[in-house]
Amino acid sequence: MFDLDRWQEIYHVLSKNKLRTFLTAFGVFWGIFMLVIMLGSGNGLQRGVTQNFGDMATNSVFIWTQQTTIPYKGFPRGRRYNFDNEDVVAIQHSVPEIKYLAPRMQAGGYMETNNVIRGLKSGIFNIMGDYPAFNKIDPLNFIKGRFINDLDIKDKRKIAVVGTRVVEILFKKDENPISQYIQIRGVYFQVVGIFKSKRNGEQADQENNNIYIPFTTLQQTYNYGNAVGFFSITSQDDIPVSVVEEKTIRLLKQRHSVAPADDAAVGHFNLKKEYDQMQGLFFGIRFLVWIVGTGTLLAGVIGVSNIMLVVVRERTREIGIQRALGATPWKVISQIIMESVVLTTFAGYFGLVIGVGLLELINFLLDSSGANTEMFVHPGIDFSVAVTALSILVFCGALAGMIPARRAVSVKPIDALRYE
Amino acid sequence: MIKISQIHKSYVTGQNSLHVLKGIDLEIGAGEMISIMGASGSGKSTLLNILGILDNYDSGEYLLNGLKINRLSERKAAQLRNKMLGFVFQSFNLVSFKNALENVALPLYYQDVPRKKRNIVAMEYLDRMGLKDWAHHLPNELSGGQKQRVAIARALIGKPKVILADEPTGALDSATSLEVMDILQEVNATGITVIIVTHEHDIAMRTRKTIRITDGNITEIVSN
Repeated sequence: MFDLDRWQEIYHVLSKNKLRTFLTAFGVFWGIFMLVIMLGSGNGLQRGVTQNFGDMATNSVFIWTQQTTIPYKGFPRGRRYNFDNEDVVAIQHSVPEIKYLAPRMQAGGYMETNNVIRGLKSGIFNIMGDYPAFNKIDPLNFIKGRFINDLDIKDKRKIAVVGTRVVEILFKKDENPISQYIQIRGVYFQVVGIFKSKRNGEQADQENNNIYIPFTTLQQTYNYGNAVGFFSITSQDDIPVSVVEEKTIRLLKQRHSVAPADDAAVGHFNLKKEYDQMQGLFFGIRFLVWIVGTGTLLAGVIGVSNIMLVVVRERTREIGIQRALGATPWKVISQIIMESVVLTTFAGYFGLVIGVGLLELINFLLDSSGANTEMFVHPGIDFSVAVTALSILVFCGALAGMIPARRAVSVKPIDALRYE
Repeated sequence: MIKISQIHKSYVTGQNSLHVLKGIDLEIGAGEMISIMGASGSGKSTLLNILGILDNYDSGEYLLNGLKINRLSERKAAQLRNKMLGFVFQSFNLVSFKNALENVALPLYYQDVPRKKRNIVAMEYLDRMGLKDWAHHLPNELSGGQKQRVAIARALIGKPKVILADEPTGALDSATSLEVMDILQEVNATGITVIIVTHEHDIAMRTRKTIRITDGNITEIVSN
């Protein structure tokens, strides 16, 4: 029910000393403003870093060969070796926990001169021989066409999937690259797909520089025999990737006569571990932000409580009159709490709105400047966080009013009336 | 209407105890108009505050309209004040940010009477005080006499049984004092008990009975 008298009183109390009200409100405003800005920035940082992972399945592990460091079964140390096609079959056979297994072979690209030519244009690109499963582990964003499929692998087709950077260099602006031929290390391939990286910053530039061709085609065309450079593996959904990692590495060591204790001979990278560490870091940041933010907010709320105490003291006589006329203690208490809640909520709401507004402005500026910011993407807070913050505010406002309100009714009416 | 017996009241400040009321016995019937006189510090205001349930007493008994008043909860006391008692103060005690009409309507506000209804009633009471044209003025725009009349209207609006007036003319010049006393007499004529604390002799003479208090005891009861 709308109670005009109540609001009249609230207005009177808050407008009586406008500077004081403003300064008090500013404390709360600043608290919630800082909380929003810090949370939003934290989110921006998290989004930026998470986007660096692209859409990569986080339960992935990558395995490659390195030099051995322990002599084993008559082999000296410092030996180089390669994974091979038989490994693929063996892994699939003995590690059933694997969901996707994508062997890969890279053909040059690194430290090479122009390796891809089309007419008069040429460039240096990374040439990857891949299986269709790779697009499941580290998905690409397709602008046109498709990725490698099983038939490409089986028939060893000479097709290529190229990144946007490749298109920019090898094709004119109005040309449609699909079905066109490009010459990769002297052999012609037909372009069947164009993709754009899902990552941001430098990593995106690098990925857009890739050309994917069927794994089998690459092995045969460029004389790699049955060598495999690299395994990308994803575990089944309910199985930790570390299990797969361990089993696969043990198997590979056994198959290539690597000492079981030779950890340096098999290079591996567990994305899940990395991802978890990152999540832990962000959890820490968020935790800190909440502590600092709520601390600042608390300082603001204590300010409100303080001012309400002063207000109650100033109005002692007025409250005394009201009580003499029949205002029950609850009426007085609820009035003071209401004043406190109104002040807190109003100030907090402004802090929230201006904080979100500032984040949106930063967003807008980031977008319109076209800056490809690797570490900071779309700062902002969730709606639910905003609602939570507001309810905390209302609650704190009520709390802040509680002590002054109790103080107001703890005085005997007659003492209140006599108060000068 | 009011019956008190052997009321004692002391104020304790630190180690000093000040015995203000030393066993007051008093009976005031319905429709009476009495004045309480005494030097400052004699305990007359304390007595009035106890009668108004604004303060409590240490021992004795206080019956208001047959109801025993003793250590009531603040809520109950507030309700009793609202329903049974009307207060008129020396310094008027109007709420500064409410206009005359809203001030008069305040007791009804605490009875949760809807705003529209209580404003109509308040206007009637203001009219009776001849202040209809001043209804929407704030207290600081009114003269002393006008303020006191607003205060009386406010005291009356809850249809109280007893009006308690603490030096109602203390801040007024003699002409307005007479006006206010006229009004209080009219109020009394409607059957409401009126108790006035004063130290002015001619004010006391306007009541029907004067009770003199000296050092916390009733020393004299005079019919005027």
